[in-house]
Parts: sequence; C-alpha cells; structure tokens
Amino acid sequence: MRSALSLTPARLLLLIALLAAGVAAPLVAPAYQSQATELLLFIVFALAWDLVGGQMGYNSFGNVLFVGLGMYVSAIVQVGLFYNVGLYTEAKGGGTAFVFDAPQFLTGLAVGIPAAALASALAAWLLGSLVLTMRGHYFAICTLGLGIAAGQIAAGIPWIGAGSGMLTPNPPADLGNVGVLLYYLALGLAASCAASFAWLLSTPFGLALNAIRDDEDKAEAMGVRTHAAKVTAWVIAAAFLGAAGAIYGNLVRFIDPTETAFAGATIGVWMILMALLGGKGTLLGPIVGAVVFQLTKELTWTYLIGWQRVALGLLIVAVAVFFPEGIVGFVTERFGGKRGRPAPEEQAP
Amino acid sequence: MIGNLLILLEAPALGLQLVIDGILIGAVFALAAYGMALVWGVTGIVNVCQGEFVMLGGFVTVLLAEQGMPPLLAVPVAAAALYLLGWILFQTVIVHLIGRDMFNSVLATFGIAIVLQQVMARVFGAADRIAESGLGSWFFFDGLVGVAKVKALVFAACIALGAALTLFLTRSRQGQAIRATAQEPRAAATLGIETRAVYRLTYALNAAICGAAGALAAMAYTIHPYGGLTYTIRCFMIVVVAGLGNLAGVLWAALGLGVAESFAGFILGAQYQIAFVFALLVAVLVLRNWRLKRKRLYLQ
Repeated sequence: MRSALSLTPARLLLLIALLAAGVAAPLVAPAYQSQATELLLFIVFALAWDLVGGQMGYNSFGNVLFVGLGMYVSAIVQVGLFYNVGLYTEAKGGGTAFVFDAPQFLTGLAVGIPAAALASALAAWLLGSLVLTMRGHYFAICTLGLGIAAGQIAAGIPWIGAGSGMLTPNPPADLGNVGVLLYYLALGLAASCAASFAWLLSTPFGLALNAIRDDEDKAEAMGVRTHAAKVTAWVIAAAFLGAAGAIYGNLVRFIDPTETAFAGATIGVWMILMALLGGKGTLLGPIVGAVVFQLTKELTWTYLIGWQRVALGLLIVAVAVFFPEGIVGFVTERFGGKRGRPAPEEQAP
Repeated sequence: MIGNLLILLEAPALGLQLVIDGILIGAVFALAAYGMALVWGVTGIVNVCQGEFVMLGGFVTVLLAEQGMPPLLAVPVAAAALYLLGWILFQTVIVHLIGRDMFNSVLATFGIAIVLQQVMARVFGAADRIAESGLGSWFFFDGLVGVAKVKALVFAACIALGAALTLFLTRSRQGQAIRATAQEPRAAATLGIETRAVYRLTYALNAAICGAAGALAAMAYTIHPYGGLTYTIRCFMIVVVAGLGNLAGVLWAALGLGVAESFAGFILGAQYQIAFVFALLVAVLVLRNWRLKRKRLYLQ
C-alpha cells in the first residue's frame, strides 16, 4: 500500500478538508459530539491495532490491556495529584469532599494523558520481549489471556475501586462544556496517530514490519532486526492506545474494570473488527472501518435493545468469514487495476 | 494471603481436600481439552468458543433439572443438542475457515463465543446456576476431608466419556477416518475419505463432548454465561502443555491444572482464581517459548 501514502495535491486537499471538517464539527453538530469523540478514539484504536496486527502480522486479541491501563493510570493521576486515591474511590468519587476546580482538572488531564501513554508504552516494552516471540495461535490466545487477566486483577484491587469501578474527576461547572475539550484532544490524537503512522510506514521501519508479516524468518535472515522492530511497533501502538484510553475514560466518566477498561468482548474485539472491516494492513482501512463501524453501531443501537452485542458478534463472524479483505482491500481489488494483483498463492504440497 | 498459606501448613488435611477437589474438577477440564485437541489436530482450528459449548451444555442440564428431570438423564440431551449446534455452526461458519489464515478462525470463533455468551445471558440471565443433585458427601479423617458424591460421579463420568471417545477414535472406521484426515488430509481424500464430512463430524462431536462435560459440571459446580472463555483458556493451556495428540498428557495436565487452581483459589482468594488461570496461561506460553528458543525451534 505504498502508493496510498504518497501525497498528491488532490489528496492533500482532501486531507485539509477532512481536518477542517473535524475542527468545525462540534460547532456544526454539537448534538453528536460524544459520538464523534468516540469515533475519533475508535480510529486511534483501530490504527494502533493495525500497526501490529495488520502491518506486522501479529494479531493481538488483548490490545484492550493498554486501553484499560491508560484509563486507570490517567484517572489515578488526575485524582492522585490532588487527593488520596484510596479515599476517593472509597467515597465513590462523589460527594462534596472531592471537588476539582478548573486549573486542577486541566492539570490532571495534561499530566494524566501523557502518563497514561507512558505507562502503556512501558507495559508494552516489558511484555513485548516475553510475548512477541510467540507466533500464530500462541500469540493470539496469549494476548487474549493478558487482556482478561488484567481486568480480573484490576477488579481485585480495592485502591482503584475493585469490582465497583472508579470515576474520573468530576469536571468543574465553570469550565463549560468539557466534551468539546475532549473532542479536540481526541481529534489531535487521531490526527497525530494517522500522520505518524503514515510517516512510519514510509520509512524502512515500515518495510521491516511488512517483512516480518510476510516471512519473519526470512526477514531475520536478511538482517532485519526483527525483535527490536516488533517491540518498537508494539510500544508505539501501546502509547497511542494508552492515551486514547485516558481520553475514553474521561468521556464515559465511569471506569468499570471488566466492562469499560479491560472490555475484551466490546472495545477489545471492536478494534479488530474495525481494522478488518476497513482493510487490514492498509493505512486507510482502519480509519474507514472505524467510521463505518461507528455509524452502523450508532444507527442500529436503539433498534436492538439488549441484543446489540449479539448483533456485533454476528457481524464479527460475518466479516471474519466472508469479508476478510475489508472495504479498502475490496475496492483496491475491484478498481485498483493499475496497482496490480498479488500473485496467486501456490498450492501447498 | 500469607495467612491462608499458614492455615494450609498447619492443617495438612485441608491440603488433601484441595488436592481432591482439584483432581475431581480436573476431569471436566480434561474432557473439554480433549475435544479442543481433537478439533485442533484435525481441522487446524483453535476453537475459541469451546468454553461456550461447555456452558451451553450446563444450561441444558440446569433448565431440564428445573423442569423436574434427573440431571444425569439430561447429559445425553445436552450432548445431542450441542452435537446439532456444532453441526449447524460447521455448515454455516467453520467450513469456510478450514485451511484459511489462523487469524480468521480465531476471530470468527471468538465472534461465535461472544454471540453464544450474550444470547445465554439474555435468555437465561447472568447469574450463577447449578443443577442440584441432592446427593450427599463422604467424609474421611473425622470429617476433615469431605468428598461430594456428585463430584466423584462427575469425575467418573468424564473419565468414562473420555475412554469411550478414545475407543471410538481407535476402533471404529469413522474414528480411523478422523485420524487419517488429521495425519494427511490430501492422502486421506485420495483414498476416498470425505474429508469435509470428517471435519464436520469432528467439530460436531467436539461440541457434543463439551456439552456433556458442561452438563456434568453443572451438577457439581456453578455455571455462568460469561464463564466460557475461562474454560477455553484452560483447554488451550492443557493442550499446549500436553502437546497435540498426547492423550495421557491431556489428562495429567488437566488434573494438574485443577489442583493448581484449587490451591490458588484458596491461597489468593476466589476473586483471583480467574486471573490466576489467565496468568498461568501466559506463564505456560512464555515457558514454552523459552524452551523452544533454547532448542532454536520456532513453531508457527
């Protein structure tokens, strides 16, 4: 997908238009602000998943680990800068004792989000050397286990609210609509994520990732420092996931250990679905996938009361089985004649 | 935590109790893991909805028991119902996954798992359920060690089912066809074995085994719609430790896991038992990788 990355004037124009639309959106359609924020975060989730899953071929089922970690770290930092976290969670975050004024709230966010990114990156670095040496089924199931284990462990720690969860700081009233702030934070994160991935994938590092996906042993034999590249990619993805998780936590306001933070059956698998739906291993794919997914989800959500997750599960099965090339892959194959086709795979003997 | 450890050191009988409990539930794990190894070996698919099959089998028993049916009679019903479900799932989904990328099969079966657990939670409610058997317990050492009769019954039934399955695989023509397909599908197809029918039989049979395991488990242990994934992870871990095609290994690994879990549940507290299972999975995989690396072996 190298050609998708080069900037032609038409593409630059489209990009500027998209960015302008993104900046103007809260002014034009304030009613959909939280959904739009969620969409931007979903784009980050899908992109970050795809860097490791699509580009590098390491299909993680536990990226939610970094999302949840970011959520908790940010909330802990936001609260911990000014109050005792243990007392705060014990009081369920509410009451008159734990009031955050505007500077406190903003400082909390300004410190909390980078701290979340840092913590997730650190966790990815520590886990990377253990987990990224596994392949195939083993990596997939191991990461699945990691995500769920994290949720179960978080649900057992009283300091962060254990099973009853944790609230992010209550935004002060004099700050106006905090949702707009979160929206722009998410927009900035999504834009920087897309831009930095576009740049990364145009460098030799991006080639190394694709080489690892296509044949890791050969890549290693050719002198690609595969382990370093794998860990680096995972750390980068985790940092973005952590920051996105921090914003997501502030958006939903309530962090449940297994339902919001380490939600393997929702966000954890949705990010895979979005990347796959849009087109795995392409830069544009996860973005398209996230938009289509969020639109579908929001449009059908109210008609499927109680059965949403069933419907989404069916969607996962359907996409994985019948539409694995994704929207971008489908369009390229159908209309992208000049890019050529992949050679037909040889029949295994 | 340390307090619990001290209790354990002071009362060896309690340790014995934990070992017995672990071994008894281990047989359920062994049966489900046997099914997973079978599907994995024959079709190359790691069936992530394995645990959901177990849960569904359990719910069949619970529902029938609530209607007044003896739980033990519900076991064949659960197996038959799950056989049908496995057959339908194979025809609609799994058949498209054979020979495809491992990522697609993991994601698709994970999707099935989500659908099944959500449907179960909607239909049966998200609460712990059990099919009361009304059997008592045997006591030893002046009542210090108790063995619930129903758990012993479940253990025996699981072992018997596993033995029956082994007999089927080794002695019957269909079992032979399954093993032949597992070894070399193309050669099997050339020799006139309908490999697709074999895959279907294997998958449906696996669902039935899980259904039976779950139906038995529901008599002695609580089941929950969201408990499936833990079972899947246990199965996966057992198969990884034992290796594909190592039946005795599956049994030993499963019993070992049962004992380890029962000790972990006691020492760490019940709320960390599931976390323990998942952490153990990671430890097992890391250890496996480390051993492979020492031999400079990597498995795809």
